[in-house]
Amino acid sequence: MSVLVYAESSEGKFKKIAFEAVSYGKKVAELLGTNLCVLTINAENASMLSDYGAEKILKVNNEKLSNFNAKAYADVIKQGVEKENADVIIIDSSNDGIYLAPLLAVNLEAGYASNVVDAPSSISPFTVKRKAFSNKAFDNTEIKTARKLIGLAKNSFGLVESKTSATEEDFTPTLAEGDFNITSTSIDKAKGKVTIADADIVVSGGRGLKGPENWGMIEELADILGAATACSKPVSDLGWRPHSEHVGQTGKPVAANLYIAIGISGAIQHLAGINSSKVKVVINTDPEAPFFKAADYGIVGDAFEVVPKLIEKLKEFKAQNA
Amino acid sequence: MKILVCISHVPDTTSKINFTDGNSKFDSNGVQFVINPYDEFVLTRAMWFKEKQGASVTVVSVGNPSTEPTLRKALAIGADEAIRINADASDGYFVAKQLAEVANNGNYDLILAGRESIDYNGGMVPGMLAGILDFNFVNACIGLEVEGDKATVIREIDGGKETLSTSLPLVIGGQKGVVEEKDLRIPNMRGIMMARKKPLTVVEPISFEATTESKSFEKPEAKGAVKLIDADNVGELVDLLHNEAKVI
Ligand SMILES: Cc1cc2nc3c(=O)[nH]c(=O)nc-3n(C[C@H](O)[C@H](O)[C@H](O)COP(=O)(O)OP(=O)(O)OC[C@H]3O[C@@H](n4cnc5c(N)ncnc54)[C@H](O)[C@@H]3O)c2cc1C
Ligand SMILES: Nc1ncnc2c1ncn2[C@@H]1O[C@H](COP(=O)(O)O)[C@@H](O)[C@H]1O
Repeated sequence: MSVLVYAESSEGKFKKIAFEAVSYGKKVAELLGTNLCVLTINAENASMLSDYGAEKILKVNNEKLSNFNAKAYADVIKQGVEKENADVIIIDSSNDGIYLAPLLAVNLEAGYASNVVDAPSSISPFTVKRKAFSNKAFDNTEIKTARKLIGLAKNSFGLVESKTSATEEDFTPTLAEGDFNITSTSIDKAKGKVTIADADIVVSGGRGLKGPENWGMIEELADILGAATACSKPVSDLGWRPHSEHVGQTGKPVAANLYIAIGISGAIQHLAGINSSKVKVVINTDPEAPFFKAADYGIVGDAFEVVPKLIEKLKEFKAQNA
Repeated sequence: MKILVCISHVPDTTSKINFTDGNSKFDSNGVQFVINPYDEFVLTRAMWFKEKQGASVTVVSVGNPSTEPTLRKALAIGADEAIRINADASDGYFVAKQLAEVANNGNYDLILAGRESIDYNGGMVPGMLAGILDFNFVNACIGLEVEGDKATVIREIDGGKETLSTSLPLVIGGQKGVVEEKDLRIPNMRGIMMARKKPLTVVEPISFEATTESKSFEKPEAKGAVKLIDADNVGELVDLLHNEAKVI
């Protein structure tokens, strides 16, 4: 019996969610009284994982896997699971994680719970709490199969340090021809920009900003905070901002530490997508805007006055705390 | 090309979410059900393949009789026929198994589904279906072209997009981008009339034990009131975010 976590990396570097998944895996292993094994694919510095409780690290290095490929990755993880005889498997909720997890579930005939936000509330029956109904509720789900697959929601469990000394082992799974029926022909990725998926802080603008020419201050604010920029749906529909910035129920989900909404009314579909962010700030001229009911901090005021002041104050703050 | 579009029947996005039977069941009382928004995008793309490339389009849903109006709506939008698998959609694996059975019996080349359904937000069915059928699979699809048995698919990745080349048979988990919002179709009178005459077949499920079970539901804890900061005192916000919320 053991727990296996797949620790995701990009260009060799672990993502923060990889450490979160390992922290979570450690907790589950403790609950089960067993060991935690972590599988990596083409990652550098595997030993960093022992800061979060990894006891064994299976390192896969294979040039064929340099580009993410859901089927091949699911196949590799399956072989790791079988080698370790793991019965709880943990995958993060990045775009790649949620792509490969259902394939892995079928490979392993494992029951799969996605969007899990907390450690199992019970081991027998094995019950986890997951987000459902677009963050409007939680669903306590029992996984009934012998093997259990957990998709961990981002920023739900957090990082928990737990220093161990991990044994590292090179692992060479067999790859099948059929694993590569899908080939990547090009990747188009904004360089040097913080992505909504990875960001700890997201600065988001709505229709209250009146037009695309006013996004300079949003970008400046995001820059100072090391944040990603986002927008409400009408803003991307109007073409003020790219579709990739649209957040909410029908756009990207945001589970940041801090979400700052500027000139966004706080419609239910918008909130559904951003509600699992830890701290929410709203800046809006209308004190009746529904966002004030969902926010932790709010300023009733004109964005065109408040945001420049906020930028100024944050600059002072950064200068003092540098 | 034979296309199968998987339709999940979900509460409208503005629905109040409540539970009954000691918080063990979703309370559908007074809830308006709609086609899952992600499924609408892929259904519209299917219509394009029908009109431009002569594809046939079947819609399928796993659900009890209450899902039929949703399937009729899909027929009114232009699908040729509908299949309802007569079972409660209790678990993603169960649903995928049922859909796989229909897919196998119908020899479909392209199976279109949504990235996730907005009720249970599983994001499971399309990938599981592809896994069971051993079809190619692309998730978070924001662009899809098919030429013969070759497909070019664009998928969303963290921070950008990736173009992929693959072949049929193929399963897609789609979202906005597969078509744009302005291209979504609303059934017109003629479509609604025609839908009445189109076949809606009910099939019984195959036996398969669900792998997960929803035991109980809970709502998020009520939030404390918002802390308001004066617009003339923006510095206080910075202070609170640093010292109280500890997020900067
Ligand atoms: C099926 C469906 C799915 C949807 N999915 C999403 C989704 O995923 N994401 C999403 O965002 N929306 C979604 N919507 C749309 C949603 O219902 C709202 O229409 C949308 O979120 C409103 O965007 P907004 O807040 O930017 O604009 P508005 O509602 O127009 O609000 C603008 C706000 O700006 C404020 N304001 C005006 N001037 C200023 C100023 N100078 N300074 C500060 N504040 C100012 C106003 O008081 C107002 O509150 C969906 C709708 C449907 C029907
Ligand atoms: N009961 C169902 N019947 C048919 N298709 C479904 C059903 N449930 C989910 N799907 C399809 O699978 C997609 C993802 O759903 P889910 O895995 O439930 O988040 C949906 O957008 C539908 O296309």
